[in-house]
Amino acid sequence: MSLLALDDVQKRFGHVEALRGVSFGIEAGSVVGLVGDNGAGKSTLMKCITGIYRADAGSISFDGAAIDDLEPGAIRARGIEMIYQDLALAPQQDVASNIFLGREPTRSFLGLSLGAIDRARIEREAERMIERLGARIPSVRYQVGQLSGGQQQSVAIARALTFEPKLVIMDEPTAALAVREVDHVLELIRELRRQGIAVVLISHRLTDVFAVSERIIALRQGQVIADEPTAQTSMNAVVAHIVGAG
Amino acid sequence: MSASTSGAGFGALLARTGRSTVRVESLIVLALLIAAMAILSPYFLSVSNFLNILLATSVIGVLAIGATYVICSAGLDLSLGSVLGFSGVVGALAVDQLGLPWPAAMPACLIAGGFCGLINGLLVTRARIPAFIVTLGMLGIARGAALVLTNGQPVYGLPAELLFLGQGRLLGIPMPVLVFVGVALIAHYVLAHTTFGRYTLVIGDNEGAARATGIRVERHRVKLYVLSGTMAGTAGLLFMARVNAGDPTAGLNYELTAITAAIIGGTNLFGGRGSVLGTFIGALIMGVLQNGLNLLAVQSYYQQMAIGAVLILAVWLDRINAQRLQRA
Repeated sequence: MSLLALDDVQKRFGHVEALRGVSFGIEAGSVVGLVGDNGAGKSTLMKCITGIYRADAGSISFDGAAIDDLEPGAIRARGIEMIYQDLALAPQQDVASNIFLGREPTRSFLGLSLGAIDRARIEREAERMIERLGARIPSVRYQVGQLSGGQQQSVAIARALTFEPKLVIMDEPTAALAVREVDHVLELIRELRRQGIAVVLISHRLTDVFAVSERIIALRQGQVIADEPTAQTSMNAVVAHIVGAG
Repeated sequence: MSASTSGAGFGALLARTGRSTVRVESLIVLALLIAAMAILSPYFLSVSNFLNILLATSVIGVLAIGATYVICSAGLDLSLGSVLGFSGVVGALAVDQLGLPWPAAMPACLIAGGFCGLINGLLVTRARIPAFIVTLGMLGIARGAALVLTNGQPVYGLPAELLFLGQGRLLGIPMPVLVFVGVALIAHYVLAHTTFGRYTLVIGDNEGAARATGIRVERHRVKLYVLSGTMAGTAGLLFMARVNAGDPTAGLNYELTAITAAIIGGTNLFGGRGSVLGTFIGALIMGVLQNGLNLLAVQSYYQQMAIGAVLILAVWLDRINAQRLQRA
């Protein structure tokens, strides 16, 4: 059984049909590329999965249980993490603080928790997380704003990992990076797979999708137009699906 | 903070010792100022003069703590000085007109200040009016209300117990100094080491990121304006107790001085960075400058010029630092 299973998911905004019955499954520990032109429904679909939108019809189940009706926080707690294109980092805070943003471990004093942040633990665990990823970040005390785009992407991925997710959805993680940094982020994605974490990679950069994915799902006008193993398709075939020539 | 990322040396040491976000530059400026004043004036270096500086800084300093929190969250509170005047008047009237026992003046001041802050916060977050406009409006409203309540005349005749808070000493240290330092220590700890402080900085740094990680941005902002108003109330209480009256014109233009102290102390005007310890140093820089120039019998008009120059210099140094880091 698939880790994530979508069955006939539909979503409309007014009289625009954004999703017209999307069905597919994602296996545990696999990397799936999700491609499609602007307006094909990729973002809407991801927002339905992460609970930001509620699908009008169809069902979404994760790890054997329906998640259609859950709030974003609850879905995250089940193990789905989304990394947005803008990364949602605080540039003037350091790496460790960013990794634990919004869920800082606190110390209690005489049984009272006054929200005092356990700084030592944050740094220790942030270092462990960076190490686990094999990310190239000199120190968890660096301000995120001083890091390169690729390093910032690593921080965002490390933050997603602190939730111990089973599935990580990445929205255009390589779009704004230098060539050398792209390779590093792709290596991070392979590392996630090695650790048994499934990845959905949304990208316009087909070379990146072909480099790391096992399967490629193409969306067009709110429908799955192709769902093929990467090894059995070609760049030309995928482009044809995306633009509607295939 | 800016220097804390260099591999070794003083910056790294600062980073290790609790990563307090105090700019090394402001510490150096303060040290240089103290050294210069000590050389220029034989009266400068003494415990009693140092307490004088702290006493003169205490009211502005408490206001500046409120300013620091709000500015760190990329907000602004221009109503601080007026709310100071309003709360002092409310505190004095509570005792003088309502005949409440003297201790009631203390919560009266704080509640009056916090109430103004609550209105600021609700207007900023619910009505979505820019903080500049809301607090500029409150600057007029609070000042006007203070004048209306008192017919423009100071409220005299406060009980002696209350005056102790402004004029008394404990172990030789003036009460306002004790209050200022005590509030500053707590406020510093909260901003630098608790989730409340962290969220304040993150909201100012990247509101979208704060929202995405589940921080309740609007609620937090309301709390910050209430905090800022309560600080203005505390400053109003100290001012009232020190001048022995509920003066409706108290704290005129103090908001700008308080914001200046916060900025000199390293608070980023656009949010995301700042510390109460830094603001404390910023306020001390202004206090030392004023005190020293007074001792040197320099006309007070020049003091205003000097403080203006220090403000511009502080932000300029920041700019240079930021550019250096960009290149690195």
